[in-house]
Amino acid sequence: MKLIFEKSISGKRGVRFPECDVPCTCNIPNELKRKNYAELPEVSELDTVRHFTRLSKHNMGVDTNFYPLGSCTMKYNPKICEEVVLYKGLGDLHPLIPQLPDGNKFTQGALQVLYETSQFLSEITGMAEFTMQPLAGAHGELTGTMMIAAYHASRGQKRKKVIIPDSSHGTNPASAAIAGFEVVSVPSNADGVMDINEFEKVLDKETAAVMLTCPNTLGLFNPQIKKIADRTHEAGGLMYYDGANLNAILGKLKPGDVGFDIVHVNLHKTFGTPHGGGGPGAGPVGVKENLVEFLPISRVVKKTDETYALEYNYPSSIGYIAPFYGNFGVILKAYVYILLVGKEGLARIAENSVLNANYIMKKLKPYYHLPYMRTCMHEFVISAVKQKKNGVRAIDIAKRLLDFGFHAPTVYFPLIVEEAIMIEPTETESKQTLDKFIDIMIKIAKEADKNPEIIKTAPHNLGISRLDELKAVRESNLRWTK
Amino acid sequence: MPYISNTNEERAKILAELGLNSIDELFKDIPSELMSSSLNIPKGKSELEVRHFVKELASKNATDLICFLGGGFYDHFVPAAVGAITSRSEFYTAYTPYQAEVSQGILQSIYEYQSAISLLTEMDVTNASLYDGGTAICEAVMMAVRITRRKKIIIDEAVSPIYRKILHSYAANLDFESIDVPVGKDGRADRKTIESELDNNTACLVLQNPNFFGCVDDVTDLADLAHKSGSLVILSTYPISLGILKSPGEMNVDIATGEGQSLGLGLCFGGPYLGLMATRSKYVRQMPGRIVGKTVDKNGNRGFVLTLQTREQHIRREKATSNICSNEALCALAALVYLTLVGKHGLTELAELCNAKTCYARKRLLEIPGIKQKFKSPIFNEFILELPIDAEDVVSKLMHKKIMAGLPLGHYYKNMKNCMLVAFSEKRTKKEIDFFVESLGKNL
Repeated sequence: MKLIFEKSISGKRGVRFPECDVPCTCNIPNELKRKNYAELPEVSELDTVRHFTRLSKHNMGVDTNFYPLGSCTMKYNPKICEEVVLYKGLGDLHPLIPQLPDGNKFTQGALQVLYETSQFLSEITGMAEFTMQPLAGAHGELTGTMMIAAYHASRGQKRKKVIIPDSSHGTNPASAAIAGFEVVSVPSNADGVMDINEFEKVLDKETAAVMLTCPNTLGLFNPQIKKIADRTHEAGGLMYYDGANLNAILGKLKPGDVGFDIVHVNLHKTFGTPHGGGGPGAGPVGVKENLVEFLPISRVVKKTDETYALEYNYPSSIGYIAPFYGNFGVILKAYVYILLVGKEGLARIAENSVLNANYIMKKLKPYYHLPYMRTCMHEFVISAVKQKKNGVRAIDIAKRLLDFGFHAPTVYFPLIVEEAIMIEPTETESKQTLDKFIDIMIKIAKEADKNPEIIKTAPHNLGISRLDELKAVRESNLRWTK
Repeated sequence: MPYISNTNEERAKILAELGLNSIDELFKDIPSELMSSSLNIPKGKSELEVRHFVKELASKNATDLICFLGGGFYDHFVPAAVGAITSRSEFYTAYTPYQAEVSQGILQSIYEYQSAISLLTEMDVTNASLYDGGTAICEAVMMAVRITRRKKIIIDEAVSPIYRKILHSYAANLDFESIDVPVGKDGRADRKTIESELDNNTACLVLQNPNFFGCVDDVTDLADLAHKSGSLVILSTYPISLGILKSPGEMNVDIATGEGQSLGLGLCFGGPYLGLMATRSKYVRQMPGRIVGKTVDKNGNRGFVLTLQTREQHIRREKATSNICSNEALCALAALVYLTLVGKHGLTELAELCNAKTCYARKRLLEIPGIKQKFKSPIFNEFILELPIDAEDVVSKLMHKKIMAGLPLGHYYKNMKNCMLVAFSEKRTKKEIDFFVESLGKNL
């Protein structure tokens, strides 16, 4: 498809502004002005709408296709959530109003959303208090690791080590490293969880924290998790919970009860806010009582007269990590989602996500290598090693799935499984969809034996075939030029 | 619950296939003593009830104030076509475009967004977005620290104090030190002090144009100074102003950042917004965040993919250029659609319109006895009024006249207790501005 710039015709306009109702003066001297126009497209409103509508048709989303992308929790997002962010008084609310005198009075509804969402998340995760400010999961991790550093510093310690299992998300070591920690990776054992003996070897008085997902990225729950938390605490370290996989344990288990001290939650995964083609997300962070003093400012509080206010006076705080109160629009959607599903719905989410994952895993077991023969939680990892003997790799299977109208699972992650294919169906999918997906996965396994070429050259039905990623790097072209 | 598709019978069928009697058996790996015994969350409600409830919450917020409040976050008009596109669920229910063949829509839009921002800033390359204008400065600073292997950061005090606070937290918790430099008498960067601070330990100089006080500058000379000491220059910009103002590229800066909220995004109580970042080609491999590149498929058809991924956390882990994963892709799409609708000439017209309203308002406001303009430098859409009394009192009184008069600055700058930052967008009519002037005059 042509680029919007290639459709530009001089003189076309997509929007008209009101006529200037004041004298059209300009106070800016020429030497402060730009020399040339920015060569933005010149197109009509229809040209614009048609261009982007057509582009949207070259995109799969949860609304159009099953999207079993492991570790990403691509569940259906209720439409009411999209509606409420447009309401007057919410979508158009200026973030600086609370800083005006009596400004809190003009934002009581919005502050209530922030306060109550943080209360809900504290209850769900077993934490004492939440900050809603982190703007994405990785931003939550950075906030959390900054608090870990501040906690140890307040005790006169400069602990340098963060322990992370080798199956973790890449953001965990990246966030820890940015916060100045040395990352120590611990291998997984034959059961697919962090090897406790290896863990105890590296755990020492230098350990600032242990960062874990639970269940982990293989979709497995570590039965030793409490022991890991106890050992970490005995060594004076903190337990950090990466909430990427919280969907599996909603309403069943509170990370706080297991001994986690800090939690980040991905609202765009667990709490039904859409991923937006890569964002915006939101990564609120919760902490236990002993870490509350380090939370970022500002904080939303509920006063004795039942009104809400922003408070800034917390001397031990790590400070400001975002301009305002977080990605409010995303938080509002998550708030509405929790109100809709309620207490009983949360546990049903976990149950159905785990049930759906185990069903697919059981059905695929005869056809694909399953590196860990255990009950999985909300997701599981199979390997394409059997198919690799015929030259068919995980990426090929992923591309072949696209031909049948399924988004691909996550492939080559976690890094510890060869030819990994990570499948997360979520609770919102029906048995009928799962059965169709299973049938196609079996068909592909059979194709791998009889006609591997058709998989290796997939996709075939999309109007675009496999793209040359090497060329994109070699002949780097990152923008249109006239 | 309507968001779970399977019926009880279907669940029973699946359990039977798994050879299980109850769903609880699937949770057997969780030690029973760890299972939650209570959950204090309200019972689920219907969509209709929730809608009523949220409408009621919305009505507890300001809904009908005339907005002269800016401070980097502006009340601009958003054409309906922007929402029509971003509410297409093929876009908003998609994940990061890792599977390029079924993500060409979002990938091409990001490529077009990168192009549009590069053209606007006259920089070589733009990334696929960062969280917001503030964290974009932090990422730019960390990038400059990596490139120069130096740790001192010089920040002009007229860089938004909202952003400087974030930068100070990052500096306190991460591995660099920052120095804030007060502005000169004209409200713009103080050349002399900056020159004396620039040395061979300086990673970068951070500036903003127009700056937080609304003053417009040409920082080419500062860029030259910084480059002489081997330091980089980071310039935070306001994209609408680039319809008229000298671009970061023309001023020879190394990294341009900015808040993209003004490009078709609602104010939405602080987010989601859009972090802009553009740089020179030679620094692209040190840039944080995703980047989309052009390529071809097996048949030679043009297509787009995520590229230069060896910078990123999912590949490089602790050695990545940044920890960013989720970004603000949908907001970048909104910005692209907005810039497309506004177009080449429209953006300049819009910038001129904002500037004309601001000039008119300034003229009228300065006719009020006792009111002065704090700094005499050229302005774009915003400036500081110096009042004869505490700005907080004035703002408070005008709130009751349904006017959000501006931002009192005493909170951020100790010597500016009587100062108020006022902003004007194309949405403000002459009538509204006249009403503001009249009300302000009566309340001094």
